[in-house]
Amino acid sequence: MDVRRKLAVLADAAKYDASCASSGSRRETPKGGMGNTEGMGICHSYTPDGRCVSLLKILFTNYCVYDCRYCVNRISSDVERAQFSVREVVDLTIEFYRRNYIEGLFLSSGIVKSPDATMAELVEVARSLRIDHGFGGYIHLKVPPGVSRELIARAGPLVDRLSVNVELPTTADLSSLAPEKTLGAIESSMAIMKEQIDESKERTKGMRDRKETFIPAGQSTQMIVGATPATDSQILATATRLYTGHGLRRVYYSAFSPIPHADARLPGKSPPLVREHRLYEADWLVRFYGFQASELVDGTHPNLDLDIDPKLAWALAHREFFPIDVNLADREALLRVPGLGVRNVDRILAMRRHRTLALEDLRKLRVAVRRSLPFLAFAGGSEGARVRTLDSMELRRRVEPAKQLALFESQVAAVGGQL
Amino acid sequence: MIHAAIEPTFEAFREAARPLLASSTPPANVFFEDRRRGQVTLSFGDTPASRSFGDTPELRSQAERTRIKPKKVNVPARAVELAKLASFHRDGDRFELLYRVFYRLTHGEPYLLDVASDADTLRLRRMVQSVKHDEHKMHAFVRFRKVDVVGEAEPWFVAWHRPEHPLLRLTAPFFQRRFPSMRWSLLTPQESVHWDMSELHYGPGVPREDAPPPDAFEEMFLTYYKAIFNPARVNLDVMQAMMPKRFWSTMPETAVIGDLARSADTRVQVMKDGGESASSAFIPKTSSLAVLKDAIPACRACDLCLHATQPVFGELGTAQKPVGTLLESGLFLVGEQPGDEEDKAGRPFIGPAGKVLDRALEEAGIDRSTTYLTNAVKHFKFEPRGKRRIHQRPAYGEVRACRGWLDAELEIVKPKVIVALGSTAAQSFLGKRFQVSKRRGQIEKTRFCDAWVATWHPSAILRAPDESSKERMFEELVADLALAKSSLERAA
Ligand code: SF4
Ligand code: SF4
Repeated sequence: MDVRRKLAVLADAAKYDASCASSGSRRETPKGGMGNTEGMGICHSYTPDGRCVSLLKILFTNYCVYDCRYCVNRISSDVERAQFSVREVVDLTIEFYRRNYIEGLFLSSGIVKSPDATMAELVEVARSLRIDHGFGGYIHLKVPPGVSRELIARAGPLVDRLSVNVELPTTADLSSLAPEKTLGAIESSMAIMKEQIDESKERTKGMRDRKETFIPAGQSTQMIVGATPATDSQILATATRLYTGHGLRRVYYSAFSPIPHADARLPGKSPPLVREHRLYEADWLVRFYGFQASELVDGTHPNLDLDIDPKLAWALAHREFFPIDVNLADREALLRVPGLGVRNVDRILAMRRHRTLALEDLRKLRVAVRRSLPFLAFAGGSEGARVRTLDSMELRRRVEPAKQLALFESQVAAVGGQL
Repeated sequence: MIHAAIEPTFEAFREAARPLLASSTPPANVFFEDRRRGQVTLSFGDTPASRSFGDTPELRSQAERTRIKPKKVNVPARAVELAKLASFHRDGDRFELLYRVFYRLTHGEPYLLDVASDADTLRLRRMVQSVKHDEHKMHAFVRFRKVDVVGEAEPWFVAWHRPEHPLLRLTAPFFQRRFPSMRWSLLTPQESVHWDMSELHYGPGVPREDAPPPDAFEEMFLTYYKAIFNPARVNLDVMQAMMPKRFWSTMPETAVIGDLARSADTRVQVMKDGGESASSAFIPKTSSLAVLKDAIPACRACDLCLHATQPVFGELGTAQKPVGTLLESGLFLVGEQPGDEEDKAGRPFIGPAGKVLDRALEEAGIDRSTTYLTNAVKHFKFEPRGKRRIHQRPAYGEVRACRGWLDAELEIVKPKVIVALGSTAAQSFLGKRFQVSKRRGQIEKTRFCDAWVATWHPSAILRAPDESSKERMFEELVADLALAKSSLERAA
C-alpha cells in the first residue's frame, strides 16, 4: 500500500476524535531545526464540517486487538487496515509542516499487541521528530489506557500534550460498549500523568526563567456523547471529576457519529449536534463563569435544554436573582447575565471605574442586548424590571435566539466560550 | 494646519507625533500623509496657514524647540502596543486616530482606553482586532509551495497571500522564527519578503499571476483534507465564517470543498453501510452489461470465488434490448446468491428456487423475459457435505464486498422499480438491520429508485416448516410482485 492510501485510511479512522488543539505550549525553534509553538493555537484550515484543521491527525495503525463497539477500528469490524512506519509519519509531518499546512502532529493508534508495544511506537515517532529532525512543532500523543509509567516518563519531555480518552461517561457504559476498558484503568493513567507533571513542576520550582518542559500543554480527554443513555448530568459530573481530580486542561465532547459496520448495540441515530455544543457551553460556564455543574443539571433536569444555552436556561429558572445592576453588581453576578461573556464583563468593569454606564454603552460593545436587557438594571433606569413583570413563557420568547441561528450561535459559543 | 509626511510605520509616526504632543498641538490641526505616495495634496493642505513637514528642517526645528522647552509626554505602554498594531491597518486616517488617542491620553484623559464605548477607543480596538485577525489568518492560511531552483540543491518555498491589511512586516518575523532553516519567500500584492536563512529582505509587491505553481505534494494534503472531514457533520456556515472566501484562491484544499459538501449525504449513507465496496477495485467503468459480465470472473474481492465454479452475473430478459436501459415494463429483481445449479450453469434462478419464482411471476402477471434478474452476491457460498454442497448464507462482509457489482448493474439498467428477494438482498440495499418479516410488501422511496420493495426469497418458501406457512408466504410473494408491477405501471 502506498503512503497516500495509508494516509487516506488512517486519517479517515482518526476523524472521530474531536480534539485538534495546538495551544497552551511554548517551544522555541531548535537550533538548525524547524517549528515552534507560541502559546496560541493556529487553525490552518477548516473542513466543511466547520471543524478546524490544526494538526496532522492520524492513527499510526487502525489494526486493533480491542473491541470497543463505538469504534470503526475494533477487531470485529471489517474496515480496510493499514499501518504506517515511523519514518512515514515523520516524513509526512515534516512535509506538511514546512508548507504551513499544520501546527504539528496528533498521533493516535489502535492497540497492536499491547498498550506498551503501541505506545513505544508513538514515542519513537516523537523522538525521531524532536531529536533526529529538530522539530519544534506541536506533538500530541494519544496514550492507550494501561500504559506503563516508564513510557509516559519517556514521552513527557518529547511531547506537548498527552491524552487518554475516557470515551464514555460511566463505568456501566464502558463495560457495555468497551469491554476491555475500565474507568479505573483510564483514570489511573491520568493519575500517573498528573503525578509526573507535578513532580516536574516541583523540580523546576524556583528556577529562574523556568519553563515547563514536561507535557507543557497538559492532558486532555474525550467523551463520546449519545452512544449510551447517560445524561448530561452524568457527563458533566465525570468531566468535573477529571478537571479537579486529574488536573485535565480540557475535556472534549464528541457527539456519537455513525460509523461504518456499526454494532447492533449502538443507537441507530446520532444525537443532535447541538447537544454537543450545549455541553461545551456548560463546560465553559463551570470553568470560567463560576457555575457549579449541579446548578445547570440535576436529578429533576438531568439534561441541558437544546433550544437555549445553559446560562439563559439557568437565568430563566432563577428570575429572583435578577435584575443585575450593570453599574453596581460584582463580577460574579455580571457573569451570570445571559449574553454577557467574560470579555464584555471585564470591559464593563474597567469602564465603570470612570463613568456610569447606560444601555447605549452595551450596544456599542456589541452585547447581545435583546438577550441581556430583561435581566439588567441601569442606575436610575427601569429596563430590568421586565424580568419580574413578564411571565416566563413571554420572557423566554423574547430572549430565545431565532431557530435558524441557534445552531450557528451554539457552535460559535461552544468554540469561543462567550455566552 | 500641520501636514506630516511620514513612512506609514509606527516608528515614523511616533517620531513625528512626539514633538507635536509635547507642544500640545490639537488633533484637529494635524494630518499625516504617506510620504511614499508622493505629494498628496489635500484640499485643506492648500490653505496658506498649513505647513508640510516630515523629516525636514522644519520638523527638526519643531523638535529642537520642544527640547528647549521640555515637556514630558508619557503615553502608557498599553496604548503603544495597540497603536503599533493599528498602524498596520489599511484605513488612510489611522494615524490621525492614533494621534487623537495619544493626545487625549496625555491631555487629561489617562483612562481613555478603559472607556471601551468611547468612539475613539472603540475604533482603535476594532482596528487592532481587525489587524490581529488578519495577522492570525496570515499565519494560518499562507501555503508554501516548493519550487526547485535550477542549479541549487536546496529547494525554495514560496507563498503568495493577499492579506486584508498591508501587514507583511508584522507577520514576516513569525515565519522567520518558525522556519529559520528553510529558504522562503512571502509574496503579497503590496510587498514581498525573502528569507535567505540569515536575513529578511523586503522587496516590491507581486501580482497574483506570479504566484508559484502547484507543488506535487499538495495531493497528499488534499487526501488528508478529504479523509479528515466528517460528512455526518456538514456545517458550511461555520466553515466560511472561520475561513473567509477571499483567502480561498491560494489554499489548494478549497478546490474540493464543493465536492465534499455535495457528496456528504451519500458518504454518510456509505459510512452507515460500511464504506466503499471492496469489489469496486475490480469493476471496469463501462455502460455495457456484457463488459461487466466479462470482468467479473477476475473479481477477488472476497473469498467466495475460491470455491465456486463460476460467478453468476445478472440476466436481462430476452424481451429486453440486449444492452442498455431496462424497458418501461421491466422489474429489477435481486436475489441472495446463486445456488448449486446456478453455479454450474452460470445463470441466475434456474434451480428449485427459480421454479418457485417463475410460478409467482406468472401468477402476478409478470413475464420473466421483461425483467432483470440478479443476485446480491455473485458467487455460490456452500459447505461441502459428502458429495453435496449445502447452501450457506453469505456473511454481511461478503454482501458488502459484492455490492460494487450490484451498483454497477443498477447504474447501467437504471430500474424504476426494484424488488429485493429475501433479507440478504434487502440488507445489501438498506443495511444490516433490515428485517424482511417486518418490512416486506411496502413500497419505499430509496436512493436507488422511487419504488423499492422487499419480499420473501423463493427458497425461504421452500424451507418453510409447514404447508400452511408455505402457502401464506407464496401468496405474499405474489402480492408483493403484483404491487411492484402496479407501481411500475403507475410510473410509466
Ligand atoms: S482501543 Fe481504540 S482503536 Fe481499538 S477499538 Fe477501542 S477505541 Fe477503537
Ligand atoms: S462474491 Fe462478489 S465480491 Fe466476492 S469474489 Fe465473487 S464477485 Fe467478487
